[in-house]
Amino acid sequence: MSVTKKFMYLNRRPPYGTIYAWESLEVVLIGAAFEQDVSLAFLDDGVYQIIKGQDTSGIDMKNFSPTYSALGDYEVTKLYVERESLEERGLTVDDLMPLTWEDEAEDWAEKDSIQLISRAELAKLMDEQDVLFSF
Amino acid sequence: MSILHTVNKSPFEKSSLQSCIAHASEGSALLLYEDGVYAATKGTSVSDLVAGVAGVKLYVLGPDLKARGMQEERLIDGVTVVDYTGFVDLAAEYDKVVAWV
Repeated sequence: MSVTKKFMYLNRRPPYGTIYAWESLEVVLIGAAFEQDVSLAFLDDGVYQIIKGQDTSGIDMKNFSPTYSALGDYEVTKLYVERESLEERGLTVDDLMPLTWEDEAEDWAEKDSIQLISRAELAKLMDEQDVLFSF
Repeated sequence: MSILHTVNKSPFEKSSLQSCIAHASEGSALLLYEDGVYAATKGTSVSDLVAGVAGVKLYVLGPDLKARGMQEERLIDGVTVVDYTGFVDLAAEYDKVVAWV
């Protein structure tokens, strides 16, 4: 008998300067195979991971930002972005990549994966999880 | 004996930028690179601190900005974008380099 658990991945680091962001994405993609109830949270510098227009051609590193667009295909459809973290960095949701998923139950209707939430709402969501992974 | 200060850490995660600015004298320069480039953008919780630095020339490494999707329009007024060659030129131009890692 399999039990579905609520898994949340906390992303707190910017991309490229350290390996945390890329490692988190790898673990999320591997974990997606286990068919759990998965969500990702982007807070603190983690909001920089999903900024649009990333171009790493000048720094000889792989631009892994397009991979976030593939998360919907792995049934990872809940990407929570903390509003206060954006504001503290002079950013808005318009600075983020448009990330969507297709809902099979509604004739593959395209839906937004990103949900803007407050710090207090994220704290509440964290309480509701069975497992939290922090990167 | 003027100093080139470099900061490569996010100002929201470490105190490198704050400490660097507190120790930077008039006539020195500050180059932001890697995760330090976020400090060069407008509207953040540290942009007043960066914009208010007096007598210190501000530089940011272009390839690191571009990698992170930070367009030049986002930069605080007065920040100069340099490439890797410009980084080397700055290191040669100043007497000493202090890396706030």
